[in-house]
Amino acid sequence: MSWFLFILLAVLTLGGGLGVVLTRNVVHAALALLLSLVAVAGVYLVLYAEFLALVQVLIYGGAIIIVLLFAIMLTRGSEYPRISDNRQWPLAALAALGVLGVLMASFLIDPVENSEAQSPAFTDLANSLFTRWAIPFELASLVLLVALVGAIIIARTETDEG
Amino acid sequence: MVSLFYFQLLSAGLFSIGLYGVLARRSAVLIVMSIELMLNAVNINLVAAASHLEGRGSFVNFDGQIIAIFIITIAAAEVGLALAIILRIYRNRATVNVDEIDIMKW
Repeated sequence: MSWFLFILLAVLTLGGGLGVVLTRNVVHAALALLLSLVAVAGVYLVLYAEFLALVQVLIYGGAIIIVLLFAIMLTRGSEYPRISDNRQWPLAALAALGVLGVLMASFLIDPVENSEAQSPAFTDLANSLFTRWAIPFELASLVLLVALVGAIIIARTETDEG
Repeated sequence: MVSLFYFQLLSAGLFSIGLYGVLARRSAVLIVMSIELMLNAVNINLVAAASHLEGRGSFVNFDGQIIAIFIITIAAAEVGLALAIILRIYRNRATVNVDEIDIMKW
């Protein structure tokens, strides 16, 4: 059963990813990205990471896709049909295949012994997050605040100042 | 049971697809999407390692999942900033084609 689910989700994830990098329509690319991200949430469920699956659907499937679609709508010009891939795409494909080869080789050369996936208890995760990782947690909130204030300042127009 | 290797395979494949997108695409929005694919590939790897190797060596407390939560947080901030910059560039130069945005090229 978990094999069936895993293969289904892997096909959806990789298919969505290929859709993002191959389609010529930007809105279709965003929808393919949504498919891929939701399938990744499914992969987290196969790995018993329920909390992460929830976070993935909420943040990626909800927020990030909406923001990306907004950006597409706001920057949609007559140029989109023209913007597809640049001339170095064979080189890019070669580089991507090279990286894939290196990663596969490293995973194959030094394999870890097989083991069952385990499920964390929510309380363990929360304990870890708020004790061992408390300072990175607070820093992450600061980073988010700074980044979003910066985004507002960068994106606003000068005419509405004052 | 699906073993760790197949999750690593999936992760490597998704990362390579994202890398191809970053290198081959011209629209800045599509490059941001490809970066999201690469971040998700890394997250799959981290979560799979955390679930399969818990309690072995230095893999304790499912730290991989917590690092993945941080990556998602930073990715959200990154998307917000990147799209603000893209919007700004579009307003100034009326293009999001990264081949035409070469004002910082010397």
